[in-house]
Amino acid sequence: MTTQLQDLVLVGHGMVGQRFLEAFVEQPGAAEWRITVLAEEPRAAYDRVHLTSWFSGTSAEELSLAPTGFLAEHGIDLRLADPATVVDRAARTVTCGSGAVLRYDALVLATGSYPFMPPVPGHDAAGCHVYRTIEDLERIRDEAERLGPGGVGVVVGGGLLGLEAAGALTALGLTTHVVEFAPRLMALQVDEGGGRLLQRKIEGLGVRVHTGAGTQAILIGEDGRVRAMGLSDGRELAADLVIFSAGVRPRDQLARACALPVGERGGIVVDERCRTRDPHVYAIGECALAADGRVYGLVAPGYQMAETAARSLAGGRDQELREEHRFTGADTSTRLKLLGVDVASFGDAHGATEGAVDVLYSDSRAGIYKKLVIGAQGQLLGGVLVGDTEAYGLLRPLAMGGNPLQTAPEQLVLPSGLAPASGPIALPDEAVVCSCHNVSKGEIRAAVHDQGCTTVPEVKKCTKAGTGCGSCVKLLGTIVTEELEAGGVTVDRSLCEHFAHTRADLYEIVRVAGIGTFSELLDRHGRGGDGCDVCKPAVASILAGLAGGHILDGEQGALQDTNDHFLANLQRNGSYSVVPRIPGGEITPEGLITIGEIARDHGLYTKITGGQRIDLFGASVDQLPRIWRRLVDAGFESGHAYGKSLRTVKSCVGETWCRYGVQDSVGLAIELELRYRGLRSPHKLKAAVSGCARECAEAQSKDFGVIATSAGWNLYIGGNGGMTPRHADLLAADLDKETLLRTIDRFLMFYIRTADRLERTSVWLDRIEGGLEHVRQVVLEDSLGICAELDALMARHVDAYQDEWAAVLADPDRLRRFTSFVNAPGTPDPAVTFVPERGQIRPARPHEDGRILTPALVAGPRLEVHTA
Amino acid sequence: MTEMLIRPPATDATTGMVEILDGRTWTRVCDYQELTPGRGVAALSAGGAQVAVFRDRSGALYAVDNRDPFSGAYVLSRGIVGSRDGVPTVASPMYKHVFDLRDGRCLDEETAPDGRPAVLRVWAVRVAATEGAP
Repeated sequence: MTTQLQDLVLVGHGMVGQRFLEAFVEQPGAAEWRITVLAEEPRAAYDRVHLTSWFSGTSAEELSLAPTGFLAEHGIDLRLADPATVVDRAARTVTCGSGAVLRYDALVLATGSYPFMPPVPGHDAAGCHVYRTIEDLERIRDEAERLGPGGVGVVVGGGLLGLEAAGALTALGLTTHVVEFAPRLMALQVDEGGGRLLQRKIEGLGVRVHTGAGTQAILIGEDGRVRAMGLSDGRELAADLVIFSAGVRPRDQLARACALPVGERGGIVVDERCRTRDPHVYAIGECALAADGRVYGLVAPGYQMAETAARSLAGGRDQELREEHRFTGADTSTRLKLLGVDVASFGDAHGATEGAVDVLYSDSRAGIYKKLVIGAQGQLLGGVLVGDTEAYGLLRPLAMGGNPLQTAPEQLVLPSGLAPASGPIALPDEAVVCSCHNVSKGEIRAAVHDQGCTTVPEVKKCTKAGTGCGSCVKLLGTIVTEELEAGGVTVDRSLCEHFAHTRADLYEIVRVAGIGTFSELLDRHGRGGDGCDVCKPAVASILAGLAGGHILDGEQGALQDTNDHFLANLQRNGSYSVVPRIPGGEITPEGLITIGEIARDHGLYTKITGGQRIDLFGASVDQLPRIWRRLVDAGFESGHAYGKSLRTVKSCVGETWCRYGVQDSVGLAIELELRYRGLRSPHKLKAAVSGCARECAEAQSKDFGVIATSAGWNLYIGGNGGMTPRHADLLAADLDKETLLRTIDRFLMFYIRTADRLERTSVWLDRIEGGLEHVRQVVLEDSLGICAELDALMARHVDAYQDEWAAVLADPDRLRRFTSFVNAPGTPDPAVTFVPERGQIRPARPHEDGRILTPALVAGPRLEVHTA
Repeated sequence: MTEMLIRPPATDATTGMVEILDGRTWTRVCDYQELTPGRGVAALSAGGAQVAVFRDRSGALYAVDNRDPFSGAYVLSRGIVGSRDGVPTVASPMYKHVFDLRDGRCLDEETAPDGRPAVLRVWAVRVAATEGAP
């Protein structure tokens, strides 16, 4: 049966609009609709929550929320920069900016909100900005650049967004003030005590905070631009740039103009199914006044409304099912990091419930403030956490559960050393663990015991839990492990059939027992057999880090993968490629010429790598020592492109040359690369140093990345490009160089010690218990008491480093293996052949008549034979 | 005369020349002591074929084709020697397919991409006493 398609028009393609589309196309009735989306902005939906990360290098493309192909796949007609201007409810049409008139059977308004501009004189002067779209940010950046380091920026509003804006201005090098009318920062989320601590922390970062101060006027200079700001207390604050971030208002003008009811303070009135008074018109997100009489300015409730409206419109024929999903209000708990300060607020944070009492822990010295609001029946109602939000993942669901606490509340706020020991705190099944996607503990447990998920990534995929803000991932891990153990499943993390240990276990065994060889480890701790291509290279890497020595010496040589075995990279036809180290990507003209000459003389194919170095392809094993000889004589050394070890420390050109650079990124990159060269690790390590917040070296896609600030260096860890990209997390900010090196030393050694085989830092960071916060405590606060050991191991590595190529060249014994045929030295491998392409060589394909690269044989090889 | 040895009794005591049999001709590979336990070398047979010769941890010798049927590259001699369920193996360095060193059979996949069975030819190998040795 085919029916006439109905027309759905969505007005607004923001986060909630996109979510609506995603939810809608999954509904059983979605196929009956043709969808048109009208967007005011020139780009498709992007992640406004992480807008500030645009300043630290996240591109507009990376912020995009519309998956590639999504719109096309579902036949959605997205019209960018074409806002809706008029809705005619009687005719059921929408007129848009381009003049087109669209008929609709259903209209969904997701127009969001606009920044509130306090009606002070001068607020529209040049130099005044709001903070909402990528275009706003572009204007702010351009202006901050023009002003340079002497400029002064003032942010009006000390809420969440205002503090983010202040952070961005600081990062752009401006002297930054925050002016807040309320007596404290983040007045909505935190209480007085929390606000005081937050203010102290933020002032510690160089931002000047003025609370209890109203903006009276923007004073304009002779050039027509902002000159200063007049405050309600009579003071005048010099200002070159002003950002208004004093709250938002619902964009309900379209609804007002077509006489749909709106709230007294704005917001399109909707019912529990997100329908306006007109049954053909829906409103979702920040533009809607929900059935509970509130306008929600957070993304999670907006997502829930999107889901509700989608089901209501296309949830299938069963009326009851369509109406089952209702939006009756939402949890406004938040956990975030502002300028490096952790802040969380959940449930009844201000103790508004009758009979509520507080349990408070405050330590100004350590910068920690925790308040829990407890109800009359002993149930947790809500709380505020500043400085340490570790417990948020557990506390928020407990507060939502509403059951009396089974533990003394003080135990929940005391630091772990001070709290009396107790078992795990039981969460009820109905407790919502992931509030972004509204997933309860019961659903997570079901994913494990009914759907066979055994890992956090599987549960994430299956339930969507943990894929929003990510704050519940740790709790997720605990629940999954508990559930697996309850089901009698032991998670087998054995390295391979020869060892019933993880790589991290083996590392500890080797370290503690002082084991020096693979045989010894296999005999004493293995399960029999001879080892394999899984455990041998893994153990070789552990031994290289702990026992030292050349990786090809003694038994260790036999353990290495072919790349390490030949100190070069195996290519598809059995030839190798050679990558000399070019620290930080800096190379002299002579160096370039030398590499060119060597490549030319050996007939190698050359290509510039992504890591700012030069790869020479097509070498046979016989040629390798001759190529190294020339490279080593010219001052080059191994680039370790073959190893599970540090590859490259990429850099931008930095302040030495770049107009925008604030630190010498090349110098630091060279220093880092020379410090960590040759360091064997569970997987390859990539790094980068950027000389300013523009991030041209792409440091946030590296295992460790450093970004210069005007006050020092920011250190990011756990980034990854490749197949599963991950943005790195900020581990520490504004470090001096000595602290930076020490912190990287410890991070690397801690990773090497605890990671699984072939586990990149990105995966490791997501897996280990406690995640980033745990790593921070270990490497910055020495919470495990191992930093002295980590430091000593790194010091030994730095001292013991030797160039692996030069060491081979110096030793005839090690050189012997570099021959194609042990019984016909000098005979090149006849199977390795090449053909010309674009002026260089490439491997011959099957059936192509290729040429052997090395000088062809005059006669066949002479082999010693005798008859049987 | 020489004696064919697959499992020499005591590794360190074994001296002599490793040889592979190509048809009716024994071809010299190298001195037994030159082989690293757990590693292989490539050799040319009298007929010009590429052969991978391995010595395992216990001292036993194996010789199979050097060509990896999955990549077509002549690289098996550069693989890692080990064991799977007690069976002596070599893992190709190219795509990590594991082969039984005793019969040349691939333990991971039965068929190579060209449609032929993924089985390596096994070559006879021995340690011939060095001339003049007792």
